[in-house]
Amino acid sequence: MLRRHISIAPIIGISLIIINVSAAVLAPFIAPHGEADMLGTMWASPTAEHWLGLDNLGRDILSRLLFGARTTISLALSITVLAFGIGVSAGFAAALKGGWVDTVLSRLVDVIMAIPGLIFSLVILSVFGSSVPVLTVTIAVLSSTGIFRLSRAVALDLAVMDYVEVARLRGERLGWIMRREVLPNALPPLLAEFGLRFCFAFLFIAALSFLGLGIQPPYADWGGMVRENAQAINFGSLAPLIPALAIAQLTIGVNLLVDWFLPNHSQTQGEGAS
Amino acid sequence: MDSTKLAMGGVPETRIGRSTVLIVLKRLGVGVLTLWAVSVLIFASTEILPGDVASAILGRNKTPEAELAIRHTLGLDRPVPVRYFDWLSRFVQGDIGKSLVNQRDIGPEIRERLGNTFFLATVAAGISVPLSIFLGLLAAVWQNSIFDRAINTLSLLTISVPEFFVGYVLIIVFSVKLGWFPSLAMMNDDMSYLQRLYAISLPVSTLVLVVLAHMMRLTRAAVINILSRPFIEMALLKGIPRWRIVIEHAVPNALAPIISVVAVNLAWLIVGVVVVEVVFVFPGMGQLMVDAVANRDVPVVQTCGLIFAAVYVGLNMIADTLGILSNPRLRHAR
Repeated sequence: MLRRHISIAPIIGISLIIINVSAAVLAPFIAPHGEADMLGTMWASPTAEHWLGLDNLGRDILSRLLFGARTTISLALSITVLAFGIGVSAGFAAALKGGWVDTVLSRLVDVIMAIPGLIFSLVILSVFGSSVPVLTVTIAVLSSTGIFRLSRAVALDLAVMDYVEVARLRGERLGWIMRREVLPNALPPLLAEFGLRFCFAFLFIAALSFLGLGIQPPYADWGGMVRENAQAINFGSLAPLIPALAIAQLTIGVNLLVDWFLPNHSQTQGEGAS
Repeated sequence: MDSTKLAMGGVPETRIGRSTVLIVLKRLGVGVLTLWAVSVLIFASTEILPGDVASAILGRNKTPEAELAIRHTLGLDRPVPVRYFDWLSRFVQGDIGKSLVNQRDIGPEIRERLGNTFFLATVAAGISVPLSIFLGLLAAVWQNSIFDRAINTLSLLTISVPEFFVGYVLIIVFSVKLGWFPSLAMMNDDMSYLQRLYAISLPVSTLVLVVLAHMMRLTRAAVINILSRPFIEMALLKGIPRWRIVIEHAVPNALAPIISVVAVNLAWLIVGVVVVEVVFVFPGMGQLMVDAVANRDVPVVQTCGLIFAAVYVGLNMIADTLGILSNPRLRHAR
């Protein structure tokens, strides 16, 4: 039996994720102020009223942090879900169909992966401008390449199994085989990949927002908050570090959980696409 | 794949030497083909919305006549394949074109900024590559020690932490609190080499910290993987000291994975450079590209994108070639 002693790391990871998700869900109820309310002088130090101080426009940093969790996490989550939809279905189709479908998809993925993701997204954003749908689709497509490779590798192993062969001979359609026979057996490595891909999307949005090309103001989001408060650093204020720290703690939390999950549950070693 | 088959099949030695050349040539061919495909992809992605460039310049003042006129002066009324080959051939000749926003020739500016970025990335690579390989080897020799575990924790941290976080922490500590280094990495022509090095000390440290742990961890993994082989045990039983086993037996065999890790991280540096340049207001390509995206200056973005992508593809190509050449079986058979 593979029963491992549960160490402290995954517990920290789970708690961080739960805290972040509840902050995101409950933001409108627990935030002391609105995300766009201007309440005082810029970069005021923390007080009993404003626990983390005020930002560049005199808005409450704690409230913006809570609302920012909502924006950033929900966007990263929807990007990851979309990326999995594209990546897994294309990967399974490539593995099960083989032939030219596999060749075309694999070469396309090779080319997309040959361009650094951030650079490619900048080219796209310069043409379409930055909006939530453009961000979602662009990052999802870039992220789906890694998922494609993993799910194709996993499905190639599963495609030669007897039960897949039986389903084929029974005359089941490709979509049915993918959903009912391959997907359940490919789930553990894909779950771990989901965590890693979430981090990828999350850090990607944070970086783009930091560059001023992601989520547009007045909506609070963690990368954008770092950018807005960057100037404060010259006065010795820690305002830009608070949202940056928020980004770091959530990715660390997810990574801790994935690190614990990965060796226990993955039968198929996918390539560690970063 | 062919290489190992040939090498193990006991084919006469001269033919193996020739096949090495063939494999390398094949890899270079794939690299050139990838580069071409990348240029098509970058060009095509800016073509999805036809006429958008023209309307982007005009903004609210758009009339059909003005749009037609601007499309003609920019050459946007020619067929797509013609424009693609025109764009590519001029790019290869170094004539990069004009900025859409101010109609200036962007060639000189890009050359200067490319030089700055290249300087920054080279210094960062020059420090991080030897340092991480050295530390990775130490971690492999002292496997499971406190030092080893510290490296593991550190690499988890640097993977999770965004580059700008590292940058701002360094600014707060070394620039604001201690006042040792400048927080803005200004560059100008009349600075001496040492002054330039001093100006970029914080951006370089940021880049080094971002790639260091990952390279260390994978170097360690590659060496430890080799250390579990029977010939290492043999060497150990013969009484050779552990550090000599690592240097003389493990490292030569772990060279291929180490080279590919270094390449991945250099490629990572290229992307990291964009964010780090913005943090430190460094006059480089990354900053130029980000500004151009904000202004929706498509030709500048295309050019920067193609240059970044070309360097990235080129690095991967060189790494793969070195990896093939570092395979002892192929090298010694020649």
